[in-house]
Amino acid sequence: MKVAMTVNGTLESHDVEARTLLVDYLRNVVGLTGTNIGCDTTSCGACTVLLNGQSVKSCTVLAAQAAGDDITTIEGLALEDGRLNPVQQAFQECHGLQCGYCTPGMVMAITSLLTENPHPTEEDVRVGLEGNLCRCAGYHNIVASALAASGVVEMHQ
Amino acid sequence: MIPASFDYVRAESVDEAIGLLSEHGDDAKLLAGGHSLLPLMKLRLAQPAMLIDIGHLRELSYVKEEKGYVCVGALTRHHDLANSLVARASAPVLAHVAGQIGDPQVRHRGTIGGSIAHGDPASDLPAALLALGGSLVVQGPNGIREIDANDFFLSFFEVALTPEEVLIEVRVPRSEGQWGFEKLTKRAMDWAIVGALAVRTSNGVGVALINMGPVPMHARAVEAALASGANASDAAQHAAEGTEPSADFNGSVAYRRHVAKVLVGRALKTAGV
Amino acid sequence: MSILGNRVVRREDPKFLTVGGTYVADLDLPGSVYLTFVRSSMAHAKLLSVDTSGAKAMPGVVAVYTNDDLGIARMPTIMGMTNEAMTQPMLASGTVRYVGEPIVAIVAESREIAADALEAVVVEYEPLTVVIDPAEARKDNDLLFPDAGTNTTFTLDFGGDEALFDDCEVVVELTLINQRVAPCPMEGRSAAAHMTKDGRLEFNSATQAPHGVRDGLAGFLGLEPDKVHVVTPDVGGGFGAKASVYPEDIVVGWCAVHLGRPVRWTETRSESMLGLGHGRAQLQHVRMGGTRGGVISAYRIDVLQDCGAYPAFGAVLPFMTRVMTSGPYKIPKAEFGSVSVVTNSTPTTAYRGAGRPEATAAIERTMDVFAREIEMDPAELRRRNLIGKDEFPYTTPTETVYDVGDYHQALELALEVAGYDELRAKQARRRASGDPIQIGIGLSCYVEITNGLPDGEFGAVEVRPDGKIIVRTGTSPHGQGHVTAWSMLVAEQMGVPIEDIEVIYGDTDVVPRGAGTMGSRSLQIGGAAVNQAAVDVVEKAKDLAADLFEADREDIVLDKSNASFHVIGTPAVSKSWGELAKAAVAKDGNPLFAEVDLASPGPTFPFGTHISVVEVDVETGKVTLLRHIAVDDAGRILNPLLAEGQVHGGIAQGVAQALLEEVVYDPDGNPLTSTFADYSFISAAELPSFETRFTETPTPINALGAKGIGESGTIGSTPALHNAVCDAVAHLGVRHVDMPTTPIRVWNAINDAAPHHDAKNTTKKGGR
Repeated sequence: MKVAMTVNGTLESHDVEARTLLVDYLRNVVGLTGTNIGCDTTSCGACTVLLNGQSVKSCTVLAAQAAGDDITTIEGLALEDGRLNPVQQAFQECHGLQCGYCTPGMVMAITSLLTENPHPTEEDVRVGLEGNLCRCAGYHNIVASALAASGVVEMHQ
Repeated sequence: MIPASFDYVRAESVDEAIGLLSEHGDDAKLLAGGHSLLPLMKLRLAQPAMLIDIGHLRELSYVKEEKGYVCVGALTRHHDLANSLVARASAPVLAHVAGQIGDPQVRHRGTIGGSIAHGDPASDLPAALLALGGSLVVQGPNGIREIDANDFFLSFFEVALTPEEVLIEVRVPRSEGQWGFEKLTKRAMDWAIVGALAVRTSNGVGVALINMGPVPMHARAVEAALASGANASDAAQHAAEGTEPSADFNGSVAYRRHVAKVLVGRALKTAGV
Repeated sequence: MSILGNRVVRREDPKFLTVGGTYVADLDLPGSVYLTFVRSSMAHAKLLSVDTSGAKAMPGVVAVYTNDDLGIARMPTIMGMTNEAMTQPMLASGTVRYVGEPIVAIVAESREIAADALEAVVVEYEPLTVVIDPAEARKDNDLLFPDAGTNTTFTLDFGGDEALFDDCEVVVELTLINQRVAPCPMEGRSAAAHMTKDGRLEFNSATQAPHGVRDGLAGFLGLEPDKVHVVTPDVGGGFGAKASVYPEDIVVGWCAVHLGRPVRWTETRSESMLGLGHGRAQLQHVRMGGTRGGVISAYRIDVLQDCGAYPAFGAVLPFMTRVMTSGPYKIPKAEFGSVSVVTNSTPTTAYRGAGRPEATAAIERTMDVFAREIEMDPAELRRRNLIGKDEFPYTTPTETVYDVGDYHQALELALEVAGYDELRAKQARRRASGDPIQIGIGLSCYVEITNGLPDGEFGAVEVRPDGKIIVRTGTSPHGQGHVTAWSMLVAEQMGVPIEDIEVIYGDTDVVPRGAGTMGSRSLQIGGAAVNQAAVDVVEKAKDLAADLFEADREDIVLDKSNASFHVIGTPAVSKSWGELAKAAVAKDGNPLFAEVDLASPGPTFPFGTHISVVEVDVETGKVTLLRHIAVDDAGRILNPLLAEGQVHGGIAQGVAQALLEEVVYDPDGNPLTSTFADYSFISAAELPSFETRFTETPTPINALGAKGIGESGTIGSTPALHNAVCDAVAHLGVRHVDMPTTPIRVWNAINDAAPHHDAKNTTKKGGR
């Protein structure tokens, strides 16, 4: 079947099997491999992308369900001149990533979190990231990145 | 990780969905948020031949108050229910429980209808529905009917929907009374090892349990004790009566029975009982 | 102005944050076929028949293989120390011995067809008796390998003094479970392979040791090592479990050779939970004796190590446990014994700490039990027994020589940061109030061994004519930030800005040899090798500059502030690195470079003290971690940002073991925790931000003064959390709670300890 959706501002249209998961569509069909697969039980959040501005686990959405929707992946975040956006910048400054595998999902989840709650407390961030697992960083600097970004985002608003 | 093949159709209306269900019978399943069904399909524990996607039926996504009831469209996402001003004002326990389901990503997709129709005794929303004394509005080939929540959960993952029916609305009486919600988990994201919910309604105090048997259930003995004048502390001691908790590595039967009493007691206390 | 010791942000990050890393599954390999494995659903069974006809007949299935088709030798014994009769075949042969053991390899044109074909294979099993409990396995009533005649594969004995505890006023005894856990790197195992036009096998692997993979493939597939080219792209974590070659990796290579098409394999998480090696899995029996005044004089630990079905690295890890038997204490007599047995479960392997967390967990828990026995504060007991800072190098009773340390400093700093006395006072108040939420404070003083294997490391530095520096390293980072760290070392030596330094790793053609990254070795041996190569290049450059300036060698100055050389006194006349590089080529055709094979100067011993503060709901058993304080000393810290990150990650894993995580099998060997939904992988919601400090006691062992830090967080944190939970309920009569301290375990311990305690404990005032 044909599915069409906007991905990072570009209209994508392809023929896929109905059973194609959105994450596999993005990775294998559209060719955006930044989004990763970390589990098979909707637990880890490595596959998190934005669907109409809200974080979703793209492994638990069919590409067909997302037809007509607006998807943003990690590849679609940097500023127009290629500079890192405030969340990305905060991650580098706060050492929020090590192996990088959970990172795109974390960044997308935090982006959505800050959209809904621009001034989160540390607890808000930790609970807000309960669906994003990381094995390398112990979450400490990821949380710091989110809080740092919220300060910057606030400055820019 | 990759489900078995299936046919996919996007229903443009509830009637169309009903028609497709009638046509395909057991081979077809409804797809709403997909966060109960797709995980099963990815592990190939479920292999429906057809998915009928009703997730885009905007007309089933609403929260409104009508004649003393809070009416929630079955396709209302947990996130939207949790943030609904109407729900927060008039059915706050429902809004709160919706806001605790899974994680933010799950809440952006999962729907109240999908969650309740799944019939999982470890789910939080069915308990809220029971404690509030709610009902389900379903639509089928023969029209619309309302099912009392107490008659909805039949057995393990089995609800009182015929194969051609679509759950279209969840209704709870308006409740501004106090409530308490206690959930024991190992991790924040986990299903409850045991959960308890207490709500003061116009009919008294509704008390429901999570993961204490094959179906979502009232804590009937607690409700009865309260109704006959027992204080919260004494009433809570009845929490395990009539329950059939299972044993797994997260809890023995004795442990779950004990925890049910503790959590019911705490929920009642928070509810000001 | 030295760059060393600074919080330099990672050069690696922008790529990961904008387009994501490139992991094996992301590689663009046109024309690939996809490999997947049918895995055993039985823990122990004879394979009566394996019917692959249905899969073979499916359109799009390229090939289906069983073990007989492959003709590959079995996996080897572990360093020659485990039983030859217990080696694992590439695919199950005749008998399956754990749920998840690969039986059939299916190659298909697409991932989807491969997944569908899995369902078409029909395996008939004849169940055999399942042995899951290592204590049962040890009895040898039911053998996994009849030819072996036993289930025991490796034993160690150190000491055997029957009178070890005779002189002790007080002796405490304890049995502890250091439970099986799953490493769970966020990226599972993944490999891809293809044959090049010139007949070489090109192999991409999510590994911690590319050269080990190269040699493994060469050996198993009968290829010369130079016919195998391993390229490791980004790797999503390893934690020890990706430090060795798996049968699946070899099958990927074999398929590429035989099919002549690119083959790729990426396991699902469910497969990974069964197929990637598990960690820990020790049953420990300990005895500790000493005086009533708190001087420990004797300690013995006996370990029963669960190897899983086929002895892998986990079988011999008790050796590392033995190395660290007596911890940071000056216990005069210590003994160790271990027996490693096979059971019908996933093979165990190295997992962050690899044998040392087990040693620390045992002795630290026992110290608390001893302290309680003699009614001494646990911090005071440790204070009295820690090795003093003037006693180094210190030789332990198990013949380990610790390099240098100041254990007391770490202890006192941790107590200060924690506010220990106030915490104890708060705990006393909480106990007096009868609040159902009780406080627990747990300590852990640890020392551990890093760079414990004898391998040296390769490092090379070359200057390009444009002045850019190419660094090659034999380490294999998978999150540790070696590009940034090695750039800092080279920048320090050469004065070149780090942006002009390229660090290459993971490519066995470009880096000729290397031992990879594990065991917290990389900085002290890999970084040191790169550092030495940079030093050597500076010396060569000075020689060249002396020639060019026609000056005395001693008068040549490297001005690091502008990366150039001049003769002392005439800084205006200088040569840049690029100019010298050109001069080198002009002189004899060779670039300006240095290669170093740095022999290992020996292990180093980082140490520290961790303190956990928990709340325990005594009515439900639920534990909440409120605070975790970590004081760690890894000698000279190169980049505190990176070092902290390692400690954070280590703490999360260590706390997770004490609090939540366990691999569970039912008595039939069925895994009950084989997905991320069932396995309690710790999330951000269960953890606080950590309070970390470093002390720096530089080691004399290597030129950098640096010890490893990668595993310290894990080793130090597990017993701190464990002790905190036990401490929280000690006043209720609980002596010990096994890990993980899940609500049911804690509650059972409370319930069992106090039969007179009112089980219907109602909520008291102040409760939540």
